[in-house]
Amino acid sequence: MKILVCISNVPDTTTKITFTDNNTQFNTNGVQFILNPYDEIALSRAIELTEGGKGTITVINVGEVATEATIRKALAIGADDAVRINAKPHDAWFVSYQIADYVKQNAFDLILAGRESIDYNGSKVAGMLGELLDIPSVSIIKKLDIDGDKGIVEREIEGGKEILVIPFPFVAGAAEGVAEPKIPNMRGIMSARTKPLNVIEPVEVKVTSEILNYETPAPRGQVKLIAVDDSASLIGLLHTEARVI
Amino acid sequence: MPVLTYAENAGGKFKKSTFEAVSYARAIADQTNTSLTAISIGDVSADELNALGKYGADKVLNVSNDQLKQFVNQAYASVIADAAAKEGANIVVLSNSFSGRGLSPRIGVKLQAGIADGAVALPEISGDKFTVKKTAFSGKAFATVQLTSVNKVIALVPNSYKVVEKQTAGKVEDFNADIKQSDLKAIIKEIVQATDKVSLPDAEIVVSGGRGLKGPENWGMIEELAGLLGAATACSKPVSDADWRPHSEHVGQTGIAISPNLYIAVGISGAIQHLAGVSSSKVIVVINKDPEAPFFKVADYGIVGDAFEVVPKLIAAVKEYKATV
Ligand SMILES: Cc1cc2nc3c(=O)[nH]c(=O)nc-3n(C[C@H](O)[C@H](O)[C@H](O)COP(=O)(O)OP(=O)(O)OC[C@H]3O[C@@H](n4cnc5c(N)ncnc54)[C@H](O)[C@@H]3O)c2cc1C
Repeated sequence: MKILVCISNVPDTTTKITFTDNNTQFNTNGVQFILNPYDEIALSRAIELTEGGKGTITVINVGEVATEATIRKALAIGADDAVRINAKPHDAWFVSYQIADYVKQNAFDLILAGRESIDYNGSKVAGMLGELLDIPSVSIIKKLDIDGDKGIVEREIEGGKEILVIPFPFVAGAAEGVAEPKIPNMRGIMSARTKPLNVIEPVEVKVTSEILNYETPAPRGQVKLIAVDDSASLIGLLHTEARVI
Repeated sequence: MPVLTYAENAGGKFKKSTFEAVSYARAIADQTNTSLTAISIGDVSADELNALGKYGADKVLNVSNDQLKQFVNQAYASVIADAAAKEGANIVVLSNSFSGRGLSPRIGVKLQAGIADGAVALPEISGDKFTVKKTAFSGKAFATVQLTSVNKVIALVPNSYKVVEKQTAGKVEDFNADIKQSDLKAIIKEIVQATDKVSLPDAEIVVSGGRGLKGPENWGMIEELAGLLGAATACSKPVSDADWRPHSEHVGQTGIAISPNLYIAVGISGAIQHLAGVSSSKVIVVINKDPEAPFFKVADYGIVGDAFEVVPKLIAAVKEYKATV
């Protein structure tokens, strides 16, 4: 079984988000970049599914050379090889077209992504890849098992869950619950240095969206503190003052 | 060029987020001086379909086909994109729900449309310029994205646009969808409905518990308070990691991002990753015994105290309040 895991390089979860150039650029100054947490979950599940020689895992990233540290982390966790498509990831369109183009020349049984990246939160890559490759896609999965040449996938629905059986090849976006993130061990870190990382050039893709500027949420007012003995009065305030109940 | 909106149903009933999407799409149709068509797929009664007119749909396309009784995003996306083409619609509006997130990227590719996912406000349209405000950095910021393609897909965040009643009488028509067998490869084996609980992304009120609750055995009071308020329950990440609660309840940067009208956080510190997913709640109430807990910095109302003392008092107060209304 050949698995492709799409990985993205995102600001660390503790990052305070700020902008420069009149709020038109994300301020990367002092920001630590990490492997997108959902992609880490996807990769961890791929490792579990291929344990004992049951398959191979390639990770793919659309990014400039600076993302190689994140790619090496994925190799250290346990991917077999990596591909970097050498371009700035303009938007989900751009990223999905690049990856789809690669997959058209290098077939995989299963393509995993994270449910979304924690920077632009699009949750689009899994679905766009499915459409571009004309194969099924499930955008947010909570569980993934393999049964022969099919995947058994659990998907969250409003107020419940759905279990789907999907023949290979298909694309899925992993969410919490699919696997526990794996931490690279010393052997993994050492071997990551020598695992293949192929750099390929991007194909041309039409532009459909452009981020013009950013803003941060308006600061909230001061908290109104209520004494413990007076807790009950909160309910009245939520009704008469905040008007939310 | 009419606007097309996908009216998503859950078990044959439209959800509040569907009415929000229809209201939002109506406002875009008004902005651009055009009409609004809604499309419903699945087993939905005539009464339900008629209700879409109330929120501004001029026309309702009804697709009922045995093969589409249940949601398969690949097939639904084909039908919606087909309808958009036949109606000549160049703007498609969906809800950014679990299902919507499976559909919007597929529809976007089919229509060669730029996609504004996670939209939180009406688009600004002037001349050729079409911009939409969307969430970014897991709720730590917003981005204004310009869609430069002719066709456009917008996925609206639940609870970010008000339902507006218009009293238009939408006429319901059957829509014949061409179904490709290759779109039906994913087979639904089982649907497990979680009791009658309020669904988290759609909920207007959410009561959430953190590690401060000490263990799963103490969740009874959270559920009771939520039940009384008609609220959904949620939790912080360490709580779901420890299996005190299911992963589907975990909110935050790596969980579900929510924007309810009221978020009540009990025994949650307010770590930056937790805040990322809940800070767009309209009103935040924090109950924590540590006055220095970072959550108080973003709260509207706070009680510094022990959850085991405060929550029962709140339960009693809600019961009393409910007895008077
Ligand atoms: C990559 C990454 C992603 C993450 N994503 C998320 C995410 O999406 N969502 C999320 O929630 N977290 C996330 N986290 C974890 C986050 O950093 C915090 O660890 C977590 O939010 C803390 O949860 P907590 O507040 O429930 O627990 P704690 O930090 O243990 O805080 C418990 C709080 O309860 C209070 N308390 C204790 N006893 C009582 C009592 N009897 N009555 C009242 N108050 C009491 C304490 O004062 C304390 O403030 C992430 C972390 C990482 C590294």
